[in-house]
Amino acid sequence: MNEQIFHDAPDDRPQHLGWYASRLAIYAMLAVWTVICLFPIYWTITTSFKMAPDVMKGNMVPWVDFQPKWLGWRSLGLSPDTIGTESTVRAEFLLRFTNSAVISLSSSVLAVVLGSLAAYGLSRFSYRFDRMRNGDISFFFLSQMILPPVVLALPFLVLYRELALLDTRIGLILIYTLTVLPIVIWIMRDQFAGIPTELEEAALVDGLSIWGAFATIVLPIALPGMVAAFILSLVLTWNEYFFAALLTSTHANTLPVMVASQTGSQGISWWSMAALSAAAILPLIVIGVVLERYIIKGMAAGAVK
Amino acid sequence: MTEPGDQLHIVTNDDIPARRRTLGRALIWGSAGLLLVVATLQTLDRTGALPIGLANWRPTLYAYVLWAICLCWGQVLIRGEQGKRVLFVLPAVLFVISLVVFPLVFGLAIAFSDWNLSSPDGRRFNGLDNIRQMWGDPFYWNALANMLRYLSVILVEYAIAFGLALLLNAQIVARKFFRVAFLLPLMLSPVAVSWMIGKSMLEPRFGPLARLARALGWENPSFFESPEMARIVIMALDAWTFIPFMMIMILAGLQAIPRDLQEAARVDGAGPWRGFWEVTFPLMLPVSITAILIRIIFKLKLADIIINVTSGGPGGATDSVTSFIFREYRDRSNVGYGTMLAMVYLVLIVIFMTVVMKLADRWMQPRY
Repeated sequence: MNEQIFHDAPDDRPQHLGWYASRLAIYAMLAVWTVICLFPIYWTITTSFKMAPDVMKGNMVPWVDFQPKWLGWRSLGLSPDTIGTESTVRAEFLLRFTNSAVISLSSSVLAVVLGSLAAYGLSRFSYRFDRMRNGDISFFFLSQMILPPVVLALPFLVLYRELALLDTRIGLILIYTLTVLPIVIWIMRDQFAGIPTELEEAALVDGLSIWGAFATIVLPIALPGMVAAFILSLVLTWNEYFFAALLTSTHANTLPVMVASQTGSQGISWWSMAALSAAAILPLIVIGVVLERYIIKGMAAGAVK
Repeated sequence: MTEPGDQLHIVTNDDIPARRRTLGRALIWGSAGLLLVVATLQTLDRTGALPIGLANWRPTLYAYVLWAICLCWGQVLIRGEQGKRVLFVLPAVLFVISLVVFPLVFGLAIAFSDWNLSSPDGRRFNGLDNIRQMWGDPFYWNALANMLRYLSVILVEYAIAFGLALLLNAQIVARKFFRVAFLLPLMLSPVAVSWMIGKSMLEPRFGPLARLARALGWENPSFFESPEMARIVIMALDAWTFIPFMMIMILAGLQAIPRDLQEAARVDGAGPWRGFWEVTFPLMLPVSITAILIRIIFKLKLADIIINVTSGGPGGATDSVTSFIFREYRDRSNVGYGTMLAMVYLVLIVIFMTVVMKLADRWMQPRY
């Protein structure tokens, strides 16, 4: 038997106990919140593999409680046995998916380009448009954040009708760019402020133009910040529902609109709704898991000065 | 905010030939003239004075885009190096002005009219009728009151988010796993969330949460029958998606606090409780206020979950202003009244946010 030679002093022992207790409490709370965060996702994904009786009985664990079936995914035309065949549902789903992807990607790109340029300009030069100075211009951009979408929604509806932009991808791209632009500017202003101007000055002395210095020196340094802003815009635009529901009807519908239109119908088939929801959230879950540190960087950018 | 001068000092000797200047001016004014001509022609066409038979206002839009491009280009031609600097900000400014200021002015015109999009009559100016109707509309006032209720929950969300951030900042293993897990709700679309949780997990007969409620002794769990319960569910759903947002910001703030400060407090004899309230919390005040302000801004836009879970019910009890206007438009397709409601909401928000930001400014000042 190994006799322990060095003991804690008796005074220290209760403290140890307290330490274990606090560890236990911390991990218990972490575990509880993890369940709260992940259970709905787990529920949705498993439900998409359930049959009607499994849903009614509330079976939870695949292969133990119930035998997973491709029922939900078959109704979307995405199960292994239907993937090769023609399917109108799948065609519709893919169209909505493409719409969502095209709209959110292009509006995020547009917002990052416009927003980065503006943020760079505002962090480097002093402007005077009439009586508007840099501070006012920044405020003008950032104040767009408090503008609720509902104020613009109905005027846009009427304007887009006159411009034949209703139910088009371009229309949604423009308005989505507008909604994420202030956030991009907010993040990028911080990024550029953190880059020392000496770098550009050196480049300018070496004969580059302002835009050349911006493109070759500043952009590579600011790239992680731009990726963060891009991902954040992507998340917001992919999930946007309000404008999409108002401004589209048949051609340019995005995934959230498709999901929402299914819930309204009577007699929801749980498995197919679950499959549809799972398919709609899956891309972002992947992005969230893979690019988590960029998202955190983006959201932390404005918080800590 | 400090007023920065030119951060980047550049001396350029621009000697721009007079012809280039003239060309630039010609571009800008030429395209502006073209825009004016096209717009006038379209207006004439619309009023019927000069029928050309244009289906929509696209030509004017194209002329406007052309003018915007020429304006940017002209800046470089006329002002050279200075113009290139302007080019950084000008596109964004033009974009925002044309997509915000113009629709807002246009919206003001709509707000004072009776305009049913599905009827052929078109717009009819009706003065202050919309305001009078709003004054007597109990549903709108109810929606505004709901917004206050929803806003008040932010404090609870903030407390939970702060707690989670403290947990993530503690010495734990698998920190990255927990961070990703806690972040995920933010990535999900509110529409999917309203189905996943609102419709499916809260299903009164076999939703897992209803089962849980029954196991805990609630006989007939119904989550959307009574106004209070429905409101609480909406608040919880919204909190679920947005707590990660505040949590990340607070976590970033916590990580920016040097560890020495906590250690110094401990050496001075402060326990964890006093160490938190007298060191960490005051240091976190600016970050907290930023996080809460941004959360307020997002909360004021709350609509998706309400539209999809309760569509305002029972009896408008859960309506937010946005979802109410959305329903109002869906049911009557009257853009005039809806726009007026939205405009009033905007004015209220601007007043509210100004007051809140003034207060926040005062709280952010360090007190000695």
